[in-house]
Amino acid sequence: MEPGHDVVKEHPRLELRGITKAFPGVIANSDVGFEVAPGEIHALLGENGAGKSTLVKQIYGILKPDAGEIVWDGREVDIPNPHTARALGIGMVFQHFSLFEAMTVLENVALGMDDPGKDRTALAKRIRDVSESYGLPLDPAREVHTLSVGERQRIEIVRCLLQSPRLLVMDEPTSVLTPQEVGKLFETLRKLKAEGCSILYISHKLNEIKELCDAATILRGGKVVAACDPKAETARSMAQLMIGAEFRSVARREAGKDTGPVRLTLKGLNMAPEMAHGVPLKNIHLALRGGEILGIAGVAGNGQGDLLAAIAGERKAASADTVTIDGKAVGRSGPAARRKLGLCTVPEERNGHGAVPDMSLTDNAMLSAHKRMGFLKAGFLDKGKSRNFAAEVIKRFDVRTPGTETAAGSLSGGNLQKFIVGREILQKPEILVVAQPTWGVDAAAAATIQQALVDLAATGSAILVISQDLDELLTLSDRIAVINAGALSDAMPAATVSVEEIGLLMGGIHGSPEDAHAKGAA
Amino acid sequence: MALKIEARRQISTRMLYLTPFIAVAATVVAGFFVFMILGSDPVESLYVFFLSPFETKYGFSELCVKAAPLIMIAIGLALGYRANIWNIGAEGQLTVGAVCGGAVALAFWDEAGIYILPLMALAGLAGGALYAAIPAFLKTRFNVNEILTSLMLTYVATLFLSVLVFGPLKDPQGYNFPQSRMFTDSATLPIIWEETRLHLGFVVALAIAVAGWVLLSRSIIGFQIRTLGSAPAAARYAGFDRTRLTWFCLMLTGALAGLAGTFEVSGPIGQLVPNISPGYGFTAIIVAFLGRLHPLGIIGSGMLMALSYMGGENAQINLGLPQAVTGVFQGMLLFFLLASDFLVRYRVRVVKPAVEGI
Amino acid sequence: MGLDTILAMLLTVIAAATPLLLAAIGELVSEKAGVLNLGVEGMMLVGAVIAFATTVGTGSPALGILAAMIGGMVMALAFGVLTLTLMANQVATGLALTIFGIGLSSLIGADYIGTPVDKLASLSIPGLSDLPVIGPLIFGHDILVYLSVAITVAVAWFLKKTRAGLILRAVGESDLSAHSIGYDVIRVRYFAVLFGGLTAGLAGAYLSLSYTPMWVEGMTAGRGWIALALVAFASWRPWRVLGGAYIFGGVTILQLYLQGGGDIGIPAQVMNMLPYLATIIVLTVISAGPWRGRLDAPACLGKPFRPAS
Repeated sequence: MEPGHDVVKEHPRLELRGITKAFPGVIANSDVGFEVAPGEIHALLGENGAGKSTLVKQIYGILKPDAGEIVWDGREVDIPNPHTARALGIGMVFQHFSLFEAMTVLENVALGMDDPGKDRTALAKRIRDVSESYGLPLDPAREVHTLSVGERQRIEIVRCLLQSPRLLVMDEPTSVLTPQEVGKLFETLRKLKAEGCSILYISHKLNEIKELCDAATILRGGKVVAACDPKAETARSMAQLMIGAEFRSVARREAGKDTGPVRLTLKGLNMAPEMAHGVPLKNIHLALRGGEILGIAGVAGNGQGDLLAAIAGERKAASADTVTIDGKAVGRSGPAARRKLGLCTVPEERNGHGAVPDMSLTDNAMLSAHKRMGFLKAGFLDKGKSRNFAAEVIKRFDVRTPGTETAAGSLSGGNLQKFIVGREILQKPEILVVAQPTWGVDAAAAATIQQALVDLAATGSAILVISQDLDELLTLSDRIAVINAGALSDAMPAATVSVEEIGLLMGGIHGSPEDAHAKGAA
Repeated sequence: MALKIEARRQISTRMLYLTPFIAVAATVVAGFFVFMILGSDPVESLYVFFLSPFETKYGFSELCVKAAPLIMIAIGLALGYRANIWNIGAEGQLTVGAVCGGAVALAFWDEAGIYILPLMALAGLAGGALYAAIPAFLKTRFNVNEILTSLMLTYVATLFLSVLVFGPLKDPQGYNFPQSRMFTDSATLPIIWEETRLHLGFVVALAIAVAGWVLLSRSIIGFQIRTLGSAPAAARYAGFDRTRLTWFCLMLTGALAGLAGTFEVSGPIGQLVPNISPGYGFTAIIVAFLGRLHPLGIIGSGMLMALSYMGGENAQINLGLPQAVTGVFQGMLLFFLLASDFLVRYRVRVVKPAVEGI
Repeated sequence: MGLDTILAMLLTVIAAATPLLLAAIGELVSEKAGVLNLGVEGMMLVGAVIAFATTVGTGSPALGILAAMIGGMVMALAFGVLTLTLMANQVATGLALTIFGIGLSSLIGADYIGTPVDKLASLSIPGLSDLPVIGPLIFGHDILVYLSVAITVAVAWFLKKTRAGLILRAVGESDLSAHSIGYDVIRVRYFAVLFGGLTAGLAGAYLSLSYTPMWVEGMTAGRGWIALALVAFASWRPWRVLGGAYIFGGVTILQLYLQGGGDIGIPAQVMNMLPYLATIIVLTVISAGPWRGRLDAPACLGKPFRPAS
């Protein structure tokens, strides 16, 4: 505060007025305005694609608003880059971390500061001190790729804390954490709030917001549609504000209905990680039955990608009988052979893995369906057939697109996901393996996809869902198993298992209990 | 007014086919200044460089003679580049193909028969393909970068040819010149246009271009190639075998380059000499890009790059300019093409600035 | 083999290693920032011809070296504009740069073929340079030899110890992260690419002013490509680039001495294949290990980056 300037009326820490930002073909933010008071935890709530991330990137100086004002401590400011944002006292924890895998914690922290000082030993000590005092212990000498996802997030937070932030922006911080880690994070955030730091907390998880936040601004289609006190609202009422429609729940058949024979098995699957910094798969056993949905929970980066690749045939097992489909040993066969036996897959990454962004939907239908659906004639493509198939997927799964000849990459995330899931389901798979079926997809599309999975299971197909979204797995699955550090737990009935139990498995119960205690004590 | 750059939501096909023309226009403009700097009349020079070859029957036929190897090689390269397989050693594959085809010709030098040419072609195809098999093996087995290996092998191939024409394949009656015997009529490609050097190879090149187009756009192999280049992870997801496609693309390019080499020695050259190609294997890289990696486009770009060779020769003869002008034009053309490629994925918009309150 | 022969061999190794080292150390910086510039050969050739032409024209090798640096940087700038500003494919643009460099250097050099120039003078330090063995081996070289080692030391220090070096590595490791923390990825990459052009220009200057003091078309003879292989061989570490350059220099020499050592029944051309074959073998050996290379390569190498605004 300037001297002699008594705090008569305290300015909001941050005020946005009429922020508008457009990208080609989409208006990401339209006339957005709200205030964040000092020491307030303010929720920015909205479903995927509502424009939350775009908005905070403007606050942090990564994007430039087309129109509107950012007011900081009562003064209008221009934030052309993150350096300016940090100089004002704004810290940001990204959803997709801004970290450098091959570098140490120390180097990562130094890179995120504008004045880390010359003395690296001193900085290392500060990192240790600050991280300990907030219950986020970190070893400055470790390289990032050796750390768990939760620990990586700590680097981002500590990096902000070292610069004494007055506003901390957190973009979907809990999507990568176990339930227990979420609890620890909330303790840290409350401590910061008590110290007067404001927090802008971005999420689409309603229970978290009710538990943590003092105020909430709800964004839909890039516009502010409501502001509310989350403690006074119900999760259902906020959900309706967020989605703008009646919350649609998935029609579930009753649990425990008798399931069919075992279709897919993994027996002692071991596999080195494909990515340089990944974890190996360790002795994985699995038996998937017809008519059931088996969910695999786990924090990102615990071997899910390699597991899917091993099941799909994108990576081959050491011996053929490690993977069986209907009793046939396929561990050494490729994806085409496995598809022929009835195994279809939906990978996590849509653009570039599940679909070719620069190719038309017709060609993308050709991509995975050409053998199973007979789109080939003597080695030549029958484009007419694959066009018809693409059109049917578009119609049945309500894919919003100008037509079958549109490039896959120009579709929105939700529509492309509907297309890919639809493409696999319409091939009538006997086994379907889906990774992150609704990641980054809006609620309406998510409901369509989830319903389609449930309906497919009802026809007797076996379904494996690999997801980081525990809520989704609890809704969809008959049984849930947890993957942690490349090892898969036994599958437990979804109806009886507790969130705490799953959370402990996700964190690796045998992992480091002293670590958990240390955090609890802070 | 300000310029605003926006990403297009999907690539502009219209721009994709327009960019080669933009690049050619920019090259002509830049060429104007290059000639000016070199101290010759720019208008006359441009005329000599770009138009004079069309004036005579000979000029036009030579254009086709030079375009034939460029087109053949570029078809193979284009398939590879589509799949992100960067064979830049076509010059070496051409050389080895020429050596193999030429060796057959020399082995039958005292015989005549219609079987000799097909045998030579087969030897050229096989030689080029086997030479390209080296980078293919290293790439698929040890993941060695094919750019560097294929290029290193080009230097090796040139030296290998040199060993042969200075040694075992030297013409015994050739006064110790480093060149082989002249090939017999049976080992020489038939001329398809009287009083010119235009040989059967040009027709073969056109046929290969059409076949390449069908392969790329209609067959499953073409689809696999396109997918592998555009989204490798998606290709793996679909079950397309990267190793097999790598072998296929490299061997095919090698075979076509080898055939082109055989055609050079059994056509315009007529014997093995230390320098078989004025860099056709490298120029074909430009041809492939300029033709938008599209086999039919490559016919046009092959003719254009042949023109740059002719233009360089004419500029040397008529204007006394160094023939290296050709290389500069070829380089500029590729530069401008790559630069204008920006317009395929991005759109430049003129925006009026918002009126600021004063 | 007498001491003199060994000494002469070592001197030739140094001479053969210097252009490789110069070209490779600049490419290393460029690749550390995430940019794969395959145009080293073209930049070297332009550097070589400009150094030669300037030296002949002005009589000053110093100006020649300066001009080579500028020439290399102008070439690198063209590469930067295409790949960084216009986001053209780095592989294709690098090839274009080499093709253009070959053409441009022949055009500029057309009038200089056969023109003689004095070999770049050795820096002579009174007393030290006259010492037996040590004198010529350590104190008897021209400025570019010392410069090549000095630049390597400086690059090693810069990358490891300075904040700017940290930022450069960060940009090559994750352009997205560097951008979202607020670093100007494109600008950092421009600097790195320009530095690569500068040292490639120096490498060219060394060839045409010292290694073989004359201009010959295509005189780099693939050294630019070998330098590229060296960077991978050195797993992107400056000190290993130094070692690698000298090992490759040794291969070149082996070839000269085998030829010079009397008629051993192998044609000269076969011996001339050695450096190229050695490059292929070295690349195979370093690529064959299960993890090598993949861990060491900058994660964003060769990927285009364009920030949304």
